[in-house]
Amino acid sequence: MNSFGYHIILLLFTALSLPAGNFAFAKDLEVCNTCAWTSIKQAVEAAEEGDRILVRSGIYYENSITINKKISLSGKGNPVIDAGKMNGIFTIDKTDSVLIEGFILRNVEVSYRKDFAAIKVFRSNYCIIRNNSIENAFFGIQLEKSDYTSVLENKVVGEAIKEASSGNAIHLWYCNNASIEGNYLQGHRDGIYFEFVSSSVIRNNRSTGNLRYGLHFMFSDNNLYQENTFSKNGAGVAVMYSKGIEMTGNLFSDNWGAAAYGLLLKDITDSSIRRNTFSGNTIGVHAEGSNRLQVEQNTWTRNGWAFKIMGSCDEVKITENNFISNTFEVSSGAARAGSNVFDGNYWSSYTGYDLDKDGSGDVPHRPVKLFSYLLEKSPHAIVLLRSMFTDLLELAEKVTPVLTPEFIKDENPSIKIIKW
Amino acid sequence: MNNSLKIIKYTFYDTLRSWWAILYFMFFLLVTGGLLYFSAGFTHSVASILNIILFIVPLVSIVFGIMYYYNSREFALLLMAQPLRRRQLFLGQYLGLAGSLSLSFLAGIGLVFLLFGSMEAIGLLLMLMFAGTVLSFIFTAVALWVGVQYEDRTKGFGIAILIWLFALVIYDGLFLAFLFVFEEYPLEKAATGFSILNPVDLARIMVMLRLESAALLGFTGAVFNKFFGTVSGIAVSGFAMLLWVFLPLQSFLRKAGNKDF
Repeated sequence: MNSFGYHIILLLFTALSLPAGNFAFAKDLEVCNTCAWTSIKQAVEAAEEGDRILVRSGIYYENSITINKKISLSGKGNPVIDAGKMNGIFTIDKTDSVLIEGFILRNVEVSYRKDFAAIKVFRSNYCIIRNNSIENAFFGIQLEKSDYTSVLENKVVGEAIKEASSGNAIHLWYCNNASIEGNYLQGHRDGIYFEFVSSSVIRNNRSTGNLRYGLHFMFSDNNLYQENTFSKNGAGVAVMYSKGIEMTGNLFSDNWGAAAYGLLLKDITDSSIRRNTFSGNTIGVHAEGSNRLQVEQNTWTRNGWAFKIMGSCDEVKITENNFISNTFEVSSGAARAGSNVFDGNYWSSYTGYDLDKDGSGDVPHRPVKLFSYLLEKSPHAIVLLRSMFTDLLELAEKVTPVLTPEFIKDENPSIKIIKW
Repeated sequence: MNNSLKIIKYTFYDTLRSWWAILYFMFFLLVTGGLLYFSAGFTHSVASILNIILFIVPLVSIVFGIMYYYNSREFALLLMAQPLRRRQLFLGQYLGLAGSLSLSFLAGIGLVFLLFGSMEAIGLLLMLMFAGTVLSFIFTAVALWVGVQYEDRTKGFGIAILIWLFALVIYDGLFLAFLFVFEEYPLEKAATGFSILNPVDLARIMVMLRLESAALLGFTGAVFNKFFGTVSGIAVSGFAMLLWVFLPLQSFLRKAGNKDF
């Protein structure tokens, strides 16, 4: 054993022996049909700080289990806790460092007055919620004013039908330094909901088939989300009123419907969008009131509109992205240039040439089609989509551009698909 | 009735025997076949096939219709000397003509579907077939109507092509201009009305609402879906289509019935 490992062991040993003044050793409390404890709630009440509660497999009809001491709860062999549509299940109340793992939690009450959740963490820091499977809950995992919480590898599947009577799968409110990783979220109102959350990480989650947003961000600064998949959600992903957001390597796909976005940016500043894939969305990215964004190395394929950038955006730099087979590439209602830059992107609809063989086209690419420009002025003109007339108009406009906004153009369109 | 059937049968086979019908059939076979062969699946290429149908079917129907009318004038004159009612004669001619054109089209697209299509897309195929068939009947009627109006072939051809161009392109231009002039007003109903009046637009929208791209239509699409989803909406659009067959046909038959050939 190397000396580093040795030191760690020593450190752990010291740490464990420190509270030995109060009680000699933490003990295990087992819960099962034939054990000393048959109810989780009673076991929790009987437990002391530092104890472990091991719940053996079986179905437990319990609800409103409040945890107010530092203990860990582990489900062994997938025990089921069924709230029977009465209240929530676990509440960690003003207690740090609680672990809840390995449970199947079912049937949390739907209420219009209280936010019942399968697991609620309230004013408690350093808690870990992992490997749970939550079925048919109102709210899945709800964190309030709790810092340094980890929500790992949970599966939250709801049966939401209406937005008004459904909660979010993972809901964070006034939290810092949370990490939400490897979860699977489906069938709720929002997959992940962030409000007043900062310095947190959302990684490797799959959020799919939720009624509203796969991920919903409000007033949450300096967060990172990467490698997530958001697909087939009612309205895609919404990131609003936040700054310092890093979005990297996510997949936004198949958010298809009359009001669906891959990614909706509203009042986002000083953020970056890198290496994401937007595929098969009605609107890939819709940016509104968003400033100083770095949009780099993303790929848009088969979207209705790849990028809708409103006149209220400034200093958005869109570089080295791939735009492949989108019905409309860029759409903008603006009649001014702003300071947004499109540079060095690959556009599959580019028809220019590259005589000097430097890899970028010799004539600029104008990604705003005449028809999409007309649509911004008169949305009803969409009924002429795919008609011969608009095709002819487009052709005429390509030869001699008179109407399309001159200011949105890519001076150095890449000839080849950009790889990184 | 028996006579009328004979005329239909004669015109039908006469058309099928000519190169036109074969070419028309081959065209649909090759183009849709090619599109399907190179694309991921039937639903993916429906938009392209739709565009081809909207372009080619009215064009061929109107050009071939008027050509057939002018070419068969002498034969029609001969038949008029027989104990035949003119209405029977011309109705038979129309039905035979439109029938054989539709058959070429349906066979072309149907054969391709049998080769490359899948059962899930059968609804879309039926929709395309319906649109193409109705357009054939409409534009053949228009062609005959133009033919009977103008003795001069050049003039007749010119007018026929102009009508085709109007339905396909010019109408949409006016439509767009209208939308821009009245952009401050709520235009959902006007837009629906406008697109019902033109059979080409109507066919395009009815197919598009069944495609994935319906989501692109946004709230206008929602209005359309609401309209075309209701019984009255289907009835109104079906009625509009039938009216487009009936009006030129009736006008043609009346004119041909009274005309001093």
